[in-house]
Amino acid sequence: MMLDVITLFIFNIVIYSIPLLYATCGEIVIEKSGSLNLGVEGTMAIGAVFGFLAGCSANSLPVALLVSFITAALVGAIFSLFTITLQANQNVTGLTITTIGVAVYFFVGNALGKDWPYLPDADKFVQQSSAIEIPGLSQIPLVGKAFFSHNILVYLAVVIAILLWLYFEKTSVGLKLRAIGENPGAADSLGVHIVKYKYLHIMLGSGIMGIGGLYMGLNLGGTFEGSNCWINGYGWIAIALVIFANWSTSKAIFGTFVFGFFNTLRIYNAPLAATFPNALGWLSKIPAQFFSALPFIVTLIVLIVSSMRKSKNSNCPTAIGLNYYREDR
Amino acid sequence: MAADAYAIELRGISKSFGSVAANKNINLNLRKGEILALLGENGSGKTTLMNMLSGIYTPDSGSIFIEGKEVRITSPDDAGKLGIGMVHQHFKLIERFTAADNIWIGKKDSGFLLKNSRNKEIEKIAAQFGFDIDPTKLVMNMSVSEKQTLEIIKVLCYGAKVIILDEPTAVLTIQETKKLFDVCRKMKESGHSIIIITHKLNEVMEISDRVAIMRKGEYIDTVESSKTSEKELTELMVGHKVDLNIDRPIIEKTKPLLEIRDICIDKDEGTPAVDKMSFYIRGGEVLGVAGIAGSGQKELCEAIAGLRKIKSGKIIHKGENLVGKSSKQISELGIAMSFIPEDRLGMGLAPSLSVADNVMLKNYSDSFGFMVDRKKARKEAHEIVDQLSIVTPSVDTPVRRLSGGNVQKVLLGREIKSAPNVLVTAYPVRGLDINSSYTIYGIINEQKKKGVGVLFIGEDLDVMLALCDKIMVMCHGKLMGVVHANKTDKEQLGLMMTGALNLVDAKEGKTAGIAKDSAFTPEEWEEATDMSEGGSEE
Repeated sequence: MMLDVITLFIFNIVIYSIPLLYATCGEIVIEKSGSLNLGVEGTMAIGAVFGFLAGCSANSLPVALLVSFITAALVGAIFSLFTITLQANQNVTGLTITTIGVAVYFFVGNALGKDWPYLPDADKFVQQSSAIEIPGLSQIPLVGKAFFSHNILVYLAVVIAILLWLYFEKTSVGLKLRAIGENPGAADSLGVHIVKYKYLHIMLGSGIMGIGGLYMGLNLGGTFEGSNCWINGYGWIAIALVIFANWSTSKAIFGTFVFGFFNTLRIYNAPLAATFPNALGWLSKIPAQFFSALPFIVTLIVLIVSSMRKSKNSNCPTAIGLNYYREDR
Repeated sequence: MAADAYAIELRGISKSFGSVAANKNINLNLRKGEILALLGENGSGKTTLMNMLSGIYTPDSGSIFIEGKEVRITSPDDAGKLGIGMVHQHFKLIERFTAADNIWIGKKDSGFLLKNSRNKEIEKIAAQFGFDIDPTKLVMNMSVSEKQTLEIIKVLCYGAKVIILDEPTAVLTIQETKKLFDVCRKMKESGHSIIIITHKLNEVMEISDRVAIMRKGEYIDTVESSKTSEKELTELMVGHKVDLNIDRPIIEKTKPLLEIRDICIDKDEGTPAVDKMSFYIRGGEVLGVAGIAGSGQKELCEAIAGLRKIKSGKIIHKGENLVGKSSKQISELGIAMSFIPEDRLGMGLAPSLSVADNVMLKNYSDSFGFMVDRKKARKEAHEIVDQLSIVTPSVDTPVRRLSGGNVQKVLLGREIKSAPNVLVTAYPVRGLDINSSYTIYGIINEQKKKGVGVLFIGEDLDVMLALCDKIMVMCHGKLMGVVHANKTDKEQLGLMMTGALNLVDAKEGKTAGIAKDSAFTPEEWEEATDMSEGGSEE
């Protein structure tokens, strides 16, 4: 019983950290190209609602994945159009995308949602997104089940994070991308196609966020009822996590795990308190609202600590948030 | 000479930004294997023209011929393919990357994977051109001259036949400039054609084969360097006769107005910026501060003005210690500072506010009550505009709409308006052309005649030798010595700037930078002499 609670607790940390990992990786891709996209929340919401509905209708996880990626990437294309082609302010554009994205989520999910297909009816979709136990590894006592019996999207997130790290650090294309984020003028003078790179990477990053949205819809949502969007502020935490992970997708794996922990505490403080009355009994005395606020409080602390960190060690792209226009004087 | 003998020929090039014409009908040619100097005042369109060759801008009209063939250059990529490479005034380098990676970004056949062998490869290419570089050194750890070398290697690596250098010597010491010129001559020998932009006439005469002159966006003439003189070039550039001599009125000097003793200041990162410096400024003298950019000049200025914390040491003004006083108190005591940073708008002025509002920034709190006295500020602004003949549509025009020289005059004018005892002015002529520069020198001399002590932090050694009474040299935050301007030369200053010559320890029994008739009180005197061994007591 005691061991089960711990396993379940860790299992849930993974579940809560994965959408953050998608969102954080997506935002890192975008920020590496020198853009600051505050529209993570909205981009995820769009990927979530369309991916989820497409998956249910087509009764297929691959379709859900594809649709969530593409719709979110299109949102990225809109962000690119405004900030790169039309040179609009990135912060304002990002905020607008968040507002619109969440609004579209409610409009499609709630207002138009009477006849939407229902997840339990889409049997193949459910089956494709059910947990896969990794042979061998999942048999490890205590942590085996917690880490290695998840659905495919969990493993995909970790694979994406590692692949992106390799992409940034070990490929020439990644070097060029980082160069744009550091000094677009320098990259441009060496013939790197800034506009193409920025568009493609903003779309790629947004698409990854969209998959994170789909994951939230599958694991944490499933119904459009209620006044909360599935994404529920995770997009904002991801923006802070980028700083916490120091713009490294591999560090983001651990960073998101920390946040997943605080989120899980919200749900699992009662079982923990019940199982370990002596050590953790005090958990049950804390009001539930505090646990709900905890991830955001931690975000705040993380941001304060990271900004105190010596700027020399920060990997923040130098040209972040600045629009690049070659003929600017 | 046949048309295809020209490496580059420009015919009728025009470019305007909005309603401002930056280049009007330019005809310019560059012969193969020559060094062409491009000369002109600020805003005469030199950099704009060169940016059209390097693909940053595209011309509105006109045509470009390379080796007799007409070409269109629409991007830096095009320029690179045509063999044109430009070393920009503000280096286009990525601080956080290594030397090798900065070059690798532009490589076409770089392959998908980033292999460590790239460092060797870049080192080899650099060696082919006769440069010895450390490919793994981060750009942020490089000196200015190293960065420039890297830029040149970068350009050569990509097969540039025509190399454009935009004000390459502005940030270099005399010795580094010499090295650069050697590199230029070597490149010329190996068949490269070079265009070099500079404001410094002596350099033009030294390095170039021909000089092309531009004035106010128009092409004036190209002359053979061997058949011209600095005076003729200046006249062509300015459009009328000018007097190139800078006045140095001799004023009776007073007791030290500002004494600085053993001052230590830290940089933002916590590393020392100024290390135990001592010097003094008398009334009626201009003390120049020479040093390579980033040797602690900025921190010193900020510390004197009370904007930066002083770690140890004393600043005495009329028997009062300024250390620990707020910037407002210091400015009320009559110490004014004007600092022109590299971007020329960063410090001291609010670009979007009007001239009058900027003038008011200094003394808005003097007005009675809650409201500001705009009437008085406008009156003062009008006075400054008249006195310094600032060109502005009105005192209500936002400062950022003024040209660089006029912005700098507004800043200096406001500081002078407060009738200071000590004027600290850093890079007041930064980026200004000859005419505006001379106006500023005039303003400084005027203050000197009024008995003000001036600390002049400058870049151009020729100007400092002519304008200043004494020159103090800093190197990495350390005092290298104080010399009389009429008893030294550029060579000596250059050696001191790089730290090769240190006069502080050279003179026996006399520590440079400590006044004989000190204004220190006896107990301060004791404390200070304890700290600096060998200080003279008279």
